[in-house]
Amino acid sequence: MAETKQLTNHVSRRRFLAVGGGSTALAAFLAACGSDGSTTSGTTAMGGGKGATETAEFGKGDVGILNYALTLEYLETAFYADVVKSGLFKGAELETIRKFGREEAEHVQALTAAVKSLGGKPAPEPKTEFPLKSAKSVLELAGTVENLGAAAYLGQAANIESPEVLASALAIHSVEGRHAATLNTLLGESVTPDGAFAVPADVKTVLKSVEPFIVG
Amino acid sequence: MTQEQLANPELAGVRVDEDSEDLSRSEVLLKGALAAGAVYGTLAVGPYVRRALAMSGGGDIDILNFALTLEYLESTFYAEAKRRAGASGELKSLIELLAKDEQEHVEALAGTIKKLGGKPVVKPKFDFPYSDTAGFLKLAQTFEDTGVSAYNGAAPAIKSKEVLTAAGSIVQVEARHAAAIRLQNKEEPAPAGFDEPLDEKQVRKAVEPFIA
Repeated sequence: MAETKQLTNHVSRRRFLAVGGGSTALAAFLAACGSDGSTTSGTTAMGGGKGATETAEFGKGDVGILNYALTLEYLETAFYADVVKSGLFKGAELETIRKFGREEAEHVQALTAAVKSLGGKPAPEPKTEFPLKSAKSVLELAGTVENLGAAAYLGQAANIESPEVLASALAIHSVEGRHAATLNTLLGESVTPDGAFAVPADVKTVLKSVEPFIVG
Repeated sequence: MTQEQLANPELAGVRVDEDSEDLSRSEVLLKGALAAGAVYGTLAVGPYVRRALAMSGGGDIDILNFALTLEYLESTFYAEAKRRAGASGELKSLIELLAKDEQEHVEALAGTIKKLGGKPVVKPKFDFPYSDTAGFLKLAQTFEDTGVSAYNGAAPAIKSKEVLTAAGSIVQVEARHAAAIRLQNKEEPAPAGFDEPLDEKQVRKAVEPFIA
C-alpha cells in the first residue's frame, strides 16, 4: 500500500524531527517561534505571523482556515464510514470506529455552520477513496490520519483571528488528540509520539499527505 | 458517586456543575444551532465560547502561571503514583510516561514565564486522597479531563501567538493523556465531539481540594 507507506514515512520523519528530548525540545520550539514576541519565524507550522495566507486557497482569513479544517473532517468522516462498511472490524473496535466517525461528522456540521456564520461558503465534500485491505493496515492509516489531523489544527491555532473561532477549533483539536492517542494505543504505539509537546503540521504537508485519498 | 467525590465534595460539585441548567442550556443551544445551521449571536459552534472568553484578563504571564499550577498538580500526582498507585505492567509504563511529560510541561512553563519577565508561582503542597489503583485512575481521569478543558478555556485569551501555539502543543498532549487514562478505566476515550472549555474559577474549584 504505497499511500499508507508514504503517510507512515512522513509521520515517522515528523516524529524523528521532534525527537530531541524534553524541555530542550520546547525551548528550541519556542525559540524557533520567536517566543519573545518581537519576531516571527518563517516556519509556517508555528503559525505566528503568516496569518491565514497558508489556507488562502480555501478562503480568506478564518473562513479559509475553517474550510481547510472542514475538508479534513470530511475526509475523516468518509474514512470512518468506509471502514465501518468494510466489515473488517467488529465488537469493541467497531464501536470505537463508529463513535469516532460520529464525532467527525459533528465536526463537519459545526465547521459548516461556522463558515456560514462568517458569511463564507463551506468547502465542498471531496470524493475520497481509501485502501482498506486489512484491519491492521486500516488501523495504521486511521492512526496516521488522526495524528495528522491533530497536528493540522495545532498548526493553524495561532492564525485564527476570531476568539470564538479559536475556542471552537480548540474544542475540536483536543478531541482529535484523543482519537490519535486511542489509535496509537490500539497499535501498541506511544500515545504521545512527539513527546511532551505535540508538533504542528503546516498546510502544505497535510494536503500532500491526504492527496492520495482525494479522487475528485 | 465515587469515593473520591464523596471525600471531596468540591469535586463532586464540579460534576454537578456539568449538569447545571446553564450548561445544559448551552448544549441545547449548541445542538439546536447545529441542527438548524443557524447562528446564535456569533457562531453556531460558539454557545460555550463565552466561558472560554471569561478568563480574567491578567495577561499571558497570569495564564501561564495558572497553567503551571495545574502542571505542578499533575506532575506531583504522577511522581507520587510511581510508588503509591500499585501499578504494574502497561499502567506502570504509562504512569512513568505521564510523570515525565508533566514534569517537562512544568519546566517549559516556568521557563517561558521567566523569559517573558514574570515570576513562576511557587509549587503548592498537594494531598491526593486515594488508596488503590482504581482510586488513582479515577483521580487521574478527572485531572486530565480538567486539564484539557482548562487549557481550552484559557487559550483564546492568550495574546502572544507563540505562547498560544505552545499552549496548544501542551493541551494536545493532555488530551492524549486523558484518552490513555480513560482507556485504562474502560471508559470512552473521547466521550464527546467537543472538549468544552472550563473557566479559571471552575478549574480552581476543581483542584482546590487537592492543595494542602
